[in-house]
Amino acid sequence: MALLLENVKKDYREPDGRPLPILNIKKFQLSDAEQMALVGSSGGGKTTLLNVIAGITAADSGVVSIDGVDMVKLPEAGRDRLRAQRIGFVFQTFHLLQGFTALENVLLGMSFTGQRVDKHRAADLLKRVGLDHRLHHKPSHLSVGEQQRVAVARALVNQPSLLLADEPTASVDLANQELILNIIRETCAEHKVTLLLVTHSADVASIFDRVEKLSDFNQPGAAA
Amino acid sequence: MNLFSISFHSLRQRWLSSSMTLLSVALGVMLMVTVLIVNGIMDRMFSQSASGYDLIIGPKGSALQLVLNSIYRVSAPIENLPYLYYLELLKDKRIENAIPLAIGDVTQEGAFPIVGTVSKFFDVDYIPGKRFRVKGDYLQQPFDSVIGSVVARENGWGVGDQFTMVHGGAEGHVHDEKFTIRGVLAPTGTPNDKTVFVHLEGFYLLDDHEKPGHEAVNRWREFNGLDPLKGDELQAEIKRWGIEAHDHATHGEEDGHHHHAHGLTDIQKEVTAVLINMAGKKYGAFAQIQFENEMKEGFKAQAANPAKEIYWLMTNVVGSVRAILVVLTGLIIIVSGVGIFVSIYNSMSERKKEIAIMRALGASRGTVFSIILLESILLCVGGGLGGVLLGHGLVFLSADIIEGRTGVLINPWAFEIMEVYVVATMVVLASVVGFIPGVTAYRTDVAQTLSS
Repeated sequence: MALLLENVKKDYREPDGRPLPILNIKKFQLSDAEQMALVGSSGGGKTTLLNVIAGITAADSGVVSIDGVDMVKLPEAGRDRLRAQRIGFVFQTFHLLQGFTALENVLLGMSFTGQRVDKHRAADLLKRVGLDHRLHHKPSHLSVGEQQRVAVARALVNQPSLLLADEPTASVDLANQELILNIIRETCAEHKVTLLLVTHSADVASIFDRVEKLSDFNQPGAAA
Repeated sequence: MNLFSISFHSLRQRWLSSSMTLLSVALGVMLMVTVLIVNGIMDRMFSQSASGYDLIIGPKGSALQLVLNSIYRVSAPIENLPYLYYLELLKDKRIENAIPLAIGDVTQEGAFPIVGTVSKFFDVDYIPGKRFRVKGDYLQQPFDSVIGSVVARENGWGVGDQFTMVHGGAEGHVHDEKFTIRGVLAPTGTPNDKTVFVHLEGFYLLDDHEKPGHEAVNRWREFNGLDPLKGDELQAEIKRWGIEAHDHATHGEEDGHHHHAHGLTDIQKEVTAVLINMAGKKYGAFAQIQFENEMKEGFKAQAANPAKEIYWLMTNVVGSVRAILVVLTGLIIIVSGVGIFVSIYNSMSERKKEIAIMRALGASRGTVFSIILLESILLCVGGGLGGVLLGHGLVFLSADIIEGRTGVLINPWAFEIMEVYVVATMVVLASVVGFIPGVTAYRTDVAQTLSS
C-alpha cells in the first residue's frame, strides 16, 4: 500500500481560540502505482490533506502511512527526510526558485535527500518533459507551461513512491493543461509512482480511472 | 547542489546588495590589514635593526633622535663629536667594537644618505646572526664606496661606477670628488639597503668636512670642559696640533680622483655617532650599565641604548597610534557586520517563499538555518579575504611613498599572523550576524507561506 490514512484528524484554531475542524478521515488509501483524482471545492481541505500526507503539516491524530511508515509518529526531521526521499510535490503556482536555472531547480529537488546529486538524471528528466533546450534558462525566461514542466521534473527526480499534485494545471492554458497532465500521468506510470492529483476541474478529473470527492470521505464536522 | 552552492546562488541572485555588503566588509578588513602589515613591518624593522648594537654614542640631545639618525637614517643629526673622542673610546677595554659614522651628505643622484665609516662596520652583524654579504669588495681606499641594494637598483649603479655627493643635504653644493663603487651589498631588509657607505678617510678629504683650526681647538677644549683660547695662546695651540692653513691651490689629482691634498689633523675631524658593542663576555653586563652611567654623569656625550629607545618609541608613540587605528578599523568591521545583518535580514521577507519551497522539497529547519548562516559566512569570509588582498595591494602601492618619506623599507607581501585572526574573527562575526536571519528561516511556517 503506497498510501494509507486512518482516523486522521486535523483542526485549525479560530481567532477566538475555538477549534476549526478541517480533516476527519476514517479511511483513505491508494495502491502502489495507482493514479487518482481528488475533487473538492475551495476551502474544503484539499491542500491541508496534501500537506498532512507530505508531513508539512502534522496531523493531530491518526495514521498517515507512506510505504508502511507512519508520518504521524515521526518527529519533524524524520518527516522532512521521508518527504525528501519518497514524496514528490507539484504545486499550482510551480514554486520554482527564480535565481536558479531549470536544471538547478531540478537539482535542488535532489539536494535534501542525503544522497548524491545526479546531474545526468536531472537533465534526462527535463528532456523527458521536453525541456532539453531550456536547461540553463531561469524561470523568468520560461513560459508558464514550461515552468510547470520543470516543477514536474523536480517532483519526480528523486524517484518518489508518491507524487502529490495540487491543482497542477490551474495556472496554465488549455493546450498546456493536456500536455502537463499527460506528462505527469505517463511519467508516473513509467516509474510506477502512485499519483494523487487534487483538482476542482471536472475536465481534469475525467481522464482518471479513479475519481473521488474529498467530501465523500472527509467529514470534519462529524463526531469521532 | 550542496548547501554552499545554494547559498552562493542566493547571494548571486541579490548581486547588487551582496556585492555592496562584500565591498564594505572588504574595505574594513583592508584598513585593518594595512594597519597590521605596516605595524608588523615597522615593529620588525625597528626592533631588529636596533638590536645589532649595544649603544650609540653621540652628542648630548635627544637619544631617540640619535638612534633614528644613526641607524634608520631618518631625522637630522644632532651635532657632531670630536674624532679624538672616538679615538679615546677605542682605547676603552670595556668596548669590543667602536664604529664611527659621519652622516649628513647625500648622493647627487637619488639623494641617498651617505655614511662615512670604516671597514669594521661590515664585520659586525647588522641584526644578531646576520652578516653583510657583498658583491665586490668592502672599503679599502679613501675614495672607495659600498652601496646598498636599493641604491644599486634605483640608480642602476654597479661595481666600478663613480658618483658625486652633495654636501649637507640635497640643497648643499656638490663636492668635486668622485667616489668609486667597490661593492654592492646583498639586500638586508634594513635602512642599509638605501645607504651609500664611503670610506671615512675619503669623507674627511672632502671640502667643508674639516673644522677650521681655531674652531677645532676650542671645540675640543670645550668638549673637555676647558675655557676657550684666544690670540697668541690659540695660535700656539693650533701650531702645537700641527694644523696648517687650508690652501685650495694645493688641490691635486690622484688615482683619477680630484681631492684635497692637504693633511687633515685628527682634531679637525668629527664623527656624527659611534656604534658600540660592549665586550660583554669579558667584563659582564655590569660593564655596560657602568659605562652608561658614566656617560649620563659626564657632559661630553650621551650613550643611547637603541633597543630601549625603540621600545619606548614603539610602546608610547607607534603603539598608541596602532591601538587607535586597530580600534577604529575594528569599529568599521563591526559596522560592516551590521551591514551584513541588515542586508540578509531585509532579504528574509522576500525569501520566505524560497525557504518554504526548500522545506517543502524536504530541507529540514536546520538545513535552511545553515543556508542562511552560510550566506553570512560567505559574505564575511569573502569580504575578509578580499580585504586581506586589498590591504596587501594598498601596502604594495604605498610602499615607495612610505620608503621615500620615512626610510622604512616595506615588504608588501609580508604576512602577519594577525591576518589569520582577522579572518577567523570574520567567521565569528558572520555567525553572530547570520544567527537571527537564520532563526527567521528556521521558524518559517511552510504551509502558510506556500499558500499565501
